[in-house]
Amino acid sequence: MSSTNTIVQLPDQSTAQLPRKHYLNQEHTLKSWLLTGDHKRIAMLYLFSITFFFFIGGAFASLIRLQLLTPGSDLLAPDTYNKVFSMHGIVMIFLFLVPSVPATLGNFLIPIMIGAKDLAFPKINLLSWYLFIAGGLFILAAMILGGVDTGWTFTTPLSTHYLNTHVVTAALGIFIAGFASILTGLNFIVTIHRMRAPGMTWFRLPLFVWGHYAASILMVLGTPVLAITLVLVALERTIGIGVFDPTKGGDPLLFQHLFWFYSHPAVYIMILPGMAVISEVISTFSRKRVFGYTAVAFSSVAIAIFGFFVWAHHMFIMGISNYSALVFSLLTMLVAVPSAIKIFNWAATLYKGSITFETPMLYAFGFLGLFTIGGLTGVFLGSMGMDVHLTETYFIVAHFHFVMVGGMLMAYLAGLHFWWPKMTGRMYPESISKLAAVVTFIGFIFTFFPQFVLGYLGMPRRYASYPPEFQVLNVLSTAGASILAVGYLLPMLYMPWSLKYGKIAGNNPWQATGLEWQITSPPLTENFVETPIVDHEAYDYEWLANQTEHEVKTVG
Amino acid sequence: MSHISPVLWQFLTNWMKASPLFPPEASTIAPYADALYLFLVVITIIGLVLVGALVVGFSVRYRKERSPEATQIEGSTLLEATWTLIPLGLFLIAFIWGALLYFRIYNPPTNAMQVYVVGKQWMWKAEHPGGQHEINALHIPIGRPVQVTMISQDVFHSFSIPDFRVKREAIPGRYTTVWFEATQPGRYHIFCTQYCGTEHSGMIGWVTAMTPDAYAAWAAGSTSGASLAQNGERLFASLGCNACHSGDPAARGPNLAQVYDSRIRLQDGTTAVVDDAYLRDAILNPSQHVPAGYAPIMPTYQGQINEDGMIDLVEYIKTLHSNYRVQQTLNTTQLSSTQTNGAAPEAHAGVKP
Repeated sequence: MSSTNTIVQLPDQSTAQLPRKHYLNQEHTLKSWLLTGDHKRIAMLYLFSITFFFFIGGAFASLIRLQLLTPGSDLLAPDTYNKVFSMHGIVMIFLFLVPSVPATLGNFLIPIMIGAKDLAFPKINLLSWYLFIAGGLFILAAMILGGVDTGWTFTTPLSTHYLNTHVVTAALGIFIAGFASILTGLNFIVTIHRMRAPGMTWFRLPLFVWGHYAASILMVLGTPVLAITLVLVALERTIGIGVFDPTKGGDPLLFQHLFWFYSHPAVYIMILPGMAVISEVISTFSRKRVFGYTAVAFSSVAIAIFGFFVWAHHMFIMGISNYSALVFSLLTMLVAVPSAIKIFNWAATLYKGSITFETPMLYAFGFLGLFTIGGLTGVFLGSMGMDVHLTETYFIVAHFHFVMVGGMLMAYLAGLHFWWPKMTGRMYPESISKLAAVVTFIGFIFTFFPQFVLGYLGMPRRYASYPPEFQVLNVLSTAGASILAVGYLLPMLYMPWSLKYGKIAGNNPWQATGLEWQITSPPLTENFVETPIVDHEAYDYEWLANQTEHEVKTVG
Repeated sequence: MSHISPVLWQFLTNWMKASPLFPPEASTIAPYADALYLFLVVITIIGLVLVGALVVGFSVRYRKERSPEATQIEGSTLLEATWTLIPLGLFLIAFIWGALLYFRIYNPPTNAMQVYVVGKQWMWKAEHPGGQHEINALHIPIGRPVQVTMISQDVFHSFSIPDFRVKREAIPGRYTTVWFEATQPGRYHIFCTQYCGTEHSGMIGWVTAMTPDAYAAWAAGSTSGASLAQNGERLFASLGCNACHSGDPAARGPNLAQVYDSRIRLQDGTTAVVDDAYLRDAILNPSQHVPAGYAPIMPTYQGQINEDGMIDLVEYIKTLHSNYRVQQTLNTTQLSSTQTNGAAPEAHAGVKP
């Protein structure tokens, strides 16, 4: 390992070994896990929990696709179908996508990346996991007790006056899980402001940290609005306060405003950490500094700021004033620009690089393609007149799955593979995981591309049965979903396998530049033996080349 | 463009019309919507091809085997400006184009024919001013703008006709409107696209677009015998509205003849234009809509009139050009209430039981 050109190579198996002491084997009792203050252990707790919820959400998705295989309501009764898509949305959004990257990878990596021993408030970090689990249990309870059929959007007055299902239980679950999100965001903001190592200036931060900082602002400022909205829904259901009830002088559109004031920024809460992962992965596997570092960093902040002022584009057909629709449409077009900037900067990062194609990079390429489609189809929906025809159809379903699943989930898997060696000390199996990445990409395209066409043809979303002329495209979509399921099941199998049988990774298997790669894999409980002093920019591969000589293979 | 190559052009149009990628263009708005859609699809393809070409091209050219050593590059302000401004320009075109289309869809022509639609779990009830009532169906003539004024009796619904490329939410407590002009006879789907509970996917129906002659024949054969305004007139009398709104200068309520579309001054000093929404609000929430010079004595009718009945009342007030009929009904109600205790007006479904 004398120069940068033989970089991506595992350390020699005869010399590489796991460190004797690390955060995983520091203590072994169940109590040591459940009462831990270690951000890395909390990240692992989150990883297990969200994987569990992803399974549940995925099972609901399978039921949806099976139901839609035929035009009639053959597999599930309409009521059951409504509960299934509601739970799919609620579980996937609030219990998987929102916490996915920040609570696992972010929790694990942010302190290490900035050279700190832990987050600013370790106990609050643990509390946020317990809140998340409590919220998750409420949502599971709502499901087991008979389900909820509001859709994840809880539209009033349907949710307040016309349904007999467990709306309050589910809303309470989301309310509680929301606090987990607020506390995580708060913890990140304080940590990034106050706990950077000496020399780690704002513009030496990895872009991963910038992305999480922007997402944290959204979590802290947006989530309370969702919380208060759900409280109002619960109060309206239980004691009939009438805020959203037109017969009592309330306004049902007010609910839409409040709900989307959170739920549009929530899209950026989900995607910004995903983008943060992509910056790290693309830089590492093209051996290059991210092109236009400041542009990428500030575009995250720009998305976070503009993201708060576009919510009414969900309401173009709901009778808001034509002129307010005009303003929100314009702002929506503006928020699309920073995402375009990011895409082009990532593409330009590849220019004159020295590119290799490990699994995380394949997932990142998948992200680039799918997110480009997802982002550009968002412009269709931001364009007011086009939105009239497309909104509430399968076009919008396809659009947000391209962004959330094609974009965010691809980024999450890229990040999980990328940092797996750091988190566990062992490599995932490379060839089968490449296969999984390719299968996921193909399955995804087959599942969701036909839905764009269905949407333009006019098929409404949330339909338990549909006119027979839409069947061909739905069959195509269901077939794609079964390929996609294989793509997701493969990592669920080989990742646990690798915990025991994976190759030992060594400290820096990717020869990446972040501080997290300069410490042992898995890291010590206190991360660093001594506080690092940072004297170089992020993604400084020349600095890394000089470091390699002094690399310590094992510690302790 | 058709003079360039008629064959190619014909092929393209046929493919566009027959292909399952596009729904039929059955309204005057549809071609405008499809044009914008094609523009946006082209932008998307260009964007995707560009990103794809960059990623694939660089991956091939700069893969490690061919490019063992990376060259570090900071960035380029010029390039950043390029890929900020070009997407911004394209997005702004999409914004302006979309805004123009939106204003076209939601600003009805003044000569549009009126239809009322009430959404309720789980059906669409359409009412024509001539007294034709339809469930999950809407008959309209082609070649004539039709304005749909709608409201929901319960939860949010959304009235969507994909083949016309129009859609509008039906909201409880307020009127919303949409308009379209069908171009070819045929049957087109009506979907409820806003999730509204158990039978959401059953809240579907058909628009039947007919030639004007066929429509006239249908309208004549399907009327219930009483126009909406006539129903409204009966309701007006049965609710006792005419006791105060008699048109008499000394009456306790304002004169309603020719009040529709006029601008009136309210007690709090503001002015308001009397339209459907104003009339509806004034009946349900009178204390907020007291005209200048009148005492706030009108009781609320919240919970007493369903949305169909509201539409009848509004339609009646719309057509009220003199107070002759009001006074006539005043006399008849007094007469009938002494005789049958108002049984005849109660027969109409507009009043909640």
